[in-house]
Amino acid sequence: MTAVLGKDLLGLETLTSEQIGLVLDTAVPFKAVSLRPIKKVPTLRGKTIVNLFYEASTRTRISFEFAEKRLSADTVNVGSKGSSVEKGENLVDTARNLEAMNIDMVVIRHPSSGAAQFLADRIRSNVVNAGDGRHEHPTQGLLDLLTIRDRLGTLEGKRVCIVGDILHSRVARSNVWGLIKMGAEVAVCGPRSLMPRGIEGLGVTVLPRIEEAIEWADVLNILRLQLERMQAGYLPSLGEYARVFGLSEERLARAPRELLILHPGPMNRGVEIDSRVADGPHSVILDQVTNGVAVRMAVLYLLAGGRPELAEAAQAAKRGEAE
Amino acid sequence: MTEANRTALLDARAIARAIARMAEEIVRFSGGTDELVLVGIQRRGVDLAERLARQIAGERGGVPQGAVDITLYRDDLQTVGPRPIVGETYIPVDLTGKWVMVVDDVLYTGRTVRAALAELADFGRPARVGLCVLVDRGGRELPIHADVVGETIAVDPGSRIDVLLEERDGRDAVELVQGGP
Repeated sequence: MTAVLGKDLLGLETLTSEQIGLVLDTAVPFKAVSLRPIKKVPTLRGKTIVNLFYEASTRTRISFEFAEKRLSADTVNVGSKGSSVEKGENLVDTARNLEAMNIDMVVIRHPSSGAAQFLADRIRSNVVNAGDGRHEHPTQGLLDLLTIRDRLGTLEGKRVCIVGDILHSRVARSNVWGLIKMGAEVAVCGPRSLMPRGIEGLGVTVLPRIEEAIEWADVLNILRLQLERMQAGYLPSLGEYARVFGLSEERLARAPRELLILHPGPMNRGVEIDSRVADGPHSVILDQVTNGVAVRMAVLYLLAGGRPELAEAAQAAKRGEAE
Repeated sequence: MTEANRTALLDARAIARAIARMAEEIVRFSGGTDELVLVGIQRRGVDLAERLARQIAGERGGVPQGAVDITLYRDDLQTVGPRPIVGETYIPVDLTGKWVMVVDDVLYTGRTVRAALAELADFGRPARVGLCVLVDRGGRELPIHADVVGETIAVDPGSRIDVLLEERDGRDAVELVQGGP
């Protein structure tokens, strides 16, 4: 047994295509668990998982919690409000105190890029990055890959364009890494002020207009426009953004082929995406949510067993017995 | 593994005879086929359940069949690491009140069967659950026994029984592999 994912899942940048493929394949049977009359398997019985969320989240936190509970793990949720974090306790002290209570895994969401790595380097427990600053949101990337693969059969050679605020988006980063590794062609589309410099260096095409993206792509991944960016002066107005980059039904109607529409949520209806598109036949936005639970179950399962030193010790003991 | 370590125990004809007899015993066990459900353990147990169903009901396919993959119910995740790919679990009917016959190729420690029983309990409450295996090799680590057995072959812990099936392996045979885990 080789180390499948290692100790932590911090990002897709450091994974191989084999590891990403393994997570996606493992997620498939976990989807069936959520359809059973008893939506629970005993796989992580006796494991304790702490969900450490330093930033607002509904979908991701609930999705992780369902994944943990359907694997029979015990879970504790810690938010920045109403905990010692409010009193100014730093991240490592919080985590070490939790670890002193013999936990097994930490799922962390944090506003600073690199927070998950920082934590992973300092505690023994497995760490899963649930979004750190602008860096990565690997489980979102994985669930997007799974949703596209489900619909198109493969990622290889498919053209995926990510639309919106690429500069501030950890979802965009995880998507870019994951898609490129799995052999997809990747483009990004958005206002020049929200485009990271040098992104072409990753092998990504920049399409300045959404009409070009619609013309080019098999899949559009529409990012949420973070409204706080407006105050920071990146964009003149919401109306302007909607007019230039909003995905409307009229624009979509000019697509030369069937397009798949993804959005990580929460949506600003009428800004980056029209309601008729979000609820229309090309949208797989709710499939993404369903796949999110399955992908997270797969990640937790693979990390929980991914302690190669134990596997090797057990195999060595067995060999000793046989001789 | 060199061929020198392999000994043939059952050939295709012996396996066919065993399956014919096992099918009769299963029908006797469940008092007919009205409430019978065959559930194979992934992967060769599923193949054997399919053969038993054909033997019992002919090609009409009158016996419902399911499959369980016990990977998520194992008691040794921490020591062997996850088996990366989890197979399909498929139970076609509510098992409540049914006579369920669990089918596997080899019965050894009993841990796989324990996991399968735990998994079945999540799909209903059968009237009775039985166990049917092609080979019982002894060496139990749990209080589990088979109700229907094709062949009992005592094998020491240092050796392995390989069940090969036409539909999966290209030929029907049961072989002893010495020195195999």
